[in-house]
Amino acid sequence: MSENPGTNLYLPFMATIQEVVQETPNIKTFRVTLNDPEQMRNFRFAPGQVGQLSVFGVGESTFVINSPPTRMGYLQFSVMRVGELTTRLHKLRKGDQIGVRAPLGNSFPIEAMKGKNIVFVGGGIGMAPLRTLLLYMLDNRADYGDISLLYGARSPSDMAFSYELPDWLSRKDMTTVLTVDNGTPDWAHKVGLIPNVLKEMAPPAKDSFAVTCGPPIMIKFTIQALHALGFQDEQIITTLEKRMKCGVGICGRCNIGTQYVCQDGPVFTYAQLRELPNEM
Amino acid sequence: MGAARYMEKDALPAWLEAVGKSRLVLAPRLQGKSTAFLPFDPSKGVSLKGLATASPKHALIPRHETLMEYQYTKTDQIPPRTGLEVRELIPDQPVLVFGARPCDARGFTVLDRVYDAGAKRDIYYCARRDKTVVATLACTEPADTCFCTRVGGGPDDATGSDIMVTELDQRYILEAVTPRGEAFLLEQQLPDASEFAAKAQACRDAVRAAMPEGESLLDAPDKVEALFNEMPFWDEIAAKCLSCGACSYLCPTCYCFNITDEPKGNKGVRVRSWDNCMSFQFTLEGSGHNPRATKSHRMRNRVGHKFCYYPTLHGGALSCVGCGRCIAHCPVSMDIRSIVSKALVYEKAPKEHTNV
Repeated sequence: MSENPGTNLYLPFMATIQEVVQETPNIKTFRVTLNDPEQMRNFRFAPGQVGQLSVFGVGESTFVINSPPTRMGYLQFSVMRVGELTTRLHKLRKGDQIGVRAPLGNSFPIEAMKGKNIVFVGGGIGMAPLRTLLLYMLDNRADYGDISLLYGARSPSDMAFSYELPDWLSRKDMTTVLTVDNGTPDWAHKVGLIPNVLKEMAPPAKDSFAVTCGPPIMIKFTIQALHALGFQDEQIITTLEKRMKCGVGICGRCNIGTQYVCQDGPVFTYAQLRELPNEM
Repeated sequence: MGAARYMEKDALPAWLEAVGKSRLVLAPRLQGKSTAFLPFDPSKGVSLKGLATASPKHALIPRHETLMEYQYTKTDQIPPRTGLEVRELIPDQPVLVFGARPCDARGFTVLDRVYDAGAKRDIYYCARRDKTVVATLACTEPADTCFCTRVGGGPDDATGSDIMVTELDQRYILEAVTPRGEAFLLEQQLPDASEFAAKAQACRDAVRAAMPEGESLLDAPDKVEALFNEMPFWDEIAAKCLSCGACSYLCPTCYCFNITDEPKGNKGVRVRSWDNCMSFQFTLEGSGHNPRATKSHRMRNRVGHKFCYYPTLHGGALSCVGCGRCIAHCPVSMDIRSIVSKALVYEKAPKEHTNV
């Protein structure tokens, strides 16, 4: 056994699930705390950084920490049920033990974004990383210009963070537009694909950053829409998700050319991605 | 120069047996039709002829290793809660790798840059590296598939070795290269070989001088980068590949791995195993999306990693050591030398090509 357990890149912090929120039929949010109070107190991260959640006996997978560092009572991860690990995670309840390897990767360029207008474009579970940055900016509201959010999902019941949407919609210091691919009779917001609604919203590109996350196909067309609105590649920020194992830039799964999404990402500008092989 | 010792060739098995009392000795042994670095067994001897079929990389990155073990427990609370105990298992076995070739030892330095990268240290790897002595046998007869001199190495290259072993008539001359090799050699009851050092050097120089000339592949990084989105090139290269992974597993520098859990009831282990980047499943995501969607994308990553990405990240050093195992053992006769040579002279098609 090692003398310095903290030095093992693969050894997770032991953590306890404090709360589980059913966001949508297939997305659950887990609020966890590290079991060692000192580790929890000393835990520091920046918006956009990710963590690997371990269910021992099944494996590990990567999720963004979607609570902001300005609200440190717990670490929040939202998990869409897709594969083996996420299916097992969805069965866990309050009090269950998991492993957390975090923080991993880089973060949003919150300093460079200061004073700029911010346009968030999130699709489905891609809203999770944007939530971190959005809440961070709302907690430091004076540092940023206009904030607008376009959040889309397949249907109204697929919208995660529904309990926060009324606040975001009513706030005077941000603009929120919601859209779904398939509406229902009581849906009071937009119906349409994210890139099309984004073009209607037409946020000005001047002095702005766009931050987008969602399925690869949505990101692709959102970037096209942003280009049409005059956004330059340097003004478009995205955060990627890849299959990962080590989380520390070794195992060779998540790299796009020289860049390891787990370590050099997950946050990239589109200008950076254009320099790499096309492997989104 | 450091310590130098020698032994008669026929004294080698007895010496390895003696060393084996205090460390695991991995030496090439013929098993069926292939030669692999296996724990030394006096009754089975060693096979030092030519290059072993498989590299000795498993001395530092085992095919399969337990990183940690876990156990779910029940707590004393009422009602009981599920507890979880996790224990890391750090290797502490001293090892002698005897009879690695210079390409194999150079391969260890390729691994070092990744697994022992300043603040980011893989403690499993580093624990093994610290306790492993690499005794490398200088080459005398390069095979047709050898191309170490084209990627920065050579038949006498000491990079990555702790001890260089040179065949001189009926003797092995052992010369320390690193402090670790020096310390190990000084512990051995072997006669001093200082008087043979010059002859051993001349021997190695002669082999190097006789190496066939070949076009250097050290300029590959820029050329390969220029072909990133030139998919017709990668389509052509990848066409006949079976994605079997023989090249990855035999390669002294391929280090990609998988981590999986192996449960047994309410306890189990988390293990790390070799993986193969040519496999479709390697990057397949839970959603069904695969960023390296075709064999061409995977081939681009494989060749790109060795000849562009790795050198870009590590001061120009290629992550290919020219051992030629991937050439000698490919079931469809792929040849990494000709792939890279092709990249060096490839003229892009004039028409704009997109690969979305």
